[in-house]
Amino acid sequence: MEAMIDLDNIGLTFTRDGTETEVLRGLTLAIPAGRLVAVLGPSGVGKSTLLRVIAGLLAPNTGSVTLDITPDRNKLSVAMVFQDARLLPWRKVWSNAAFGLEHGQLSSAERRSKAEAALALVGLAGFSERYPHELSGGQRQRVALARALAVDPEILLMDEPFAALDAITREGLQDELARIHAATGKTIVFVTHSIDEAVHIANEVVVLTGRPAQATAKVTIDAPQPRRRGGADTADLVARLRAGLLEPAS
Amino acid sequence: MVCSPSRFTIAQSRATNGNESRTADTVTRTKSVALSAFGLAGFLLIWELVPGLGLVPATILPPPSALPGAFLSEIRNGIWLSALSRSLSHYLAGLTIGCVLGVSLGIFTGLWMPLEATLAWVVRILRPIPGLAWVPFAILWFGIAPAAAIFIISTGVFWISYFAALGAVRAVDRELIELADAFGFRRADQKLFKVILPAATPGILVGVRTALGQAWMAVVAAEIFGVPGLGQRMMQASNLLASDIVVVYMATMAAAYGAIDSIFVAVQSWLLRWKR
Repeated sequence: MEAMIDLDNIGLTFTRDGTETEVLRGLTLAIPAGRLVAVLGPSGVGKSTLLRVIAGLLAPNTGSVTLDITPDRNKLSVAMVFQDARLLPWRKVWSNAAFGLEHGQLSSAERRSKAEAALALVGLAGFSERYPHELSGGQRQRVALARALAVDPEILLMDEPFAALDAITREGLQDELARIHAATGKTIVFVTHSIDEAVHIANEVVVLTGRPAQATAKVTIDAPQPRRRGGADTADLVARLRAGLLEPAS
Repeated sequence: MVCSPSRFTIAQSRATNGNESRTADTVTRTKSVALSAFGLAGFLLIWELVPGLGLVPATILPPPSALPGAFLSEIRNGIWLSALSRSLSHYLAGLTIGCVLGVSLGIFTGLWMPLEATLAWVVRILRPIPGLAWVPFAILWFGIAPAAAIFIISTGVFWISYFAALGAVRAVDRELIELADAFGFRRADQKLFKVILPAATPGILVGVRTALGQAWMAVVAAEIFGVPGLGQRMMQASNLLASDIVVVYMATMAAAYGAIDSIFVAVQSWLLRWKR
């Protein structure tokens, strides 16, 4: 299958105050279309950096990123969800959800209706006229997800989007993401440091460890969605991933 | 069954507490309004008595009771309205020019580092010059004309709004700018209008509100040099020892500034209605 995202020999070094930190070295990774791929690794390993390289927010020092998308000046092909909701506090919920639609020739009514549809998809129909500060943390994160989904992107990049939420909200949103992925068939790259989260939602788990970071393991999960948490079918996998994270040398 | 009476008691006592504290609030508020009114009345009374008892001549301190008459005569001869409208026109022109220039330059400087470096020393030289120190040049360049007053007013306003806008733009959350990048708004003008300007608006408005007060003071100062308006009329009255008229214009300035500030606060809270 043709890869939707093709990372070839990516190397990236940050320079801050004269000291160089090599974050990524020789990272090669192919992500097929329509898959939900979890990038799993400890905090600070460079997962978010990798995501920003894919998004084009950071240029790698070596290697190349190839996205199998049709460039369109009037439409976004890649959308992103951050760890914090990052809503624009001066915009109402619907207008935040419509943020990525303000390219090209959509009328404001069209933008509004697309935004409303995306909000309905994340379970926030009826919240359009609120301001972000009137929402809970989980609702704000849903708006951020709706903002990414509203542009109907070919690739959805998610940077530990549920890490800051309480456990109950997090599990609810994980289930919803799995449902949305099944319904839309989008290519999703989901960065997380939670093994359970990765195993619960992903089709594939890529383990990133070391400094500079390397993809040390890649596991395909065939268990169908919706999955049961802590099920026997995934227990073995969780154990293997945990071992892989603890012994990055293997 | 056992615990239900006690639960009822808790609910009841809570309700009582709520009522009591509400009543206490109302009492406190009524008390403080009464005290404020009392304080004002006392102030006016002492003010009335000092010249009334002959402690000082009424020309040096006109009693409040003399003011309504002075005010009516100023209105009847049409001077009050024309002075007020002239001052307001200087004020609005100076404020608009100073704010537009200050805010725009502040935004550009905040966005573009080379510009800040280029202007750094120029700003350091010009900034400490008090607005009134520009009076000689204002008269030299514009004569004793409204333009001179507008120039003096806008100089003061310029610096306040410049620094407010510069600071506000600098303080915009980098993450919101990254958000704009991530959603394809990569051109500087897109970032400016989608994220930076709205995010900086609260800070800019705080500066503009300060400028509002500063500009009003500059109006009086600028007109004292002869440009027609409230300040000039006040100086005329003062030269004629018509101190009651001076007080009428002082009160006019206070009232006009109060009205302007209230209007601004209303506009500000409408613009920032998204804030909690």
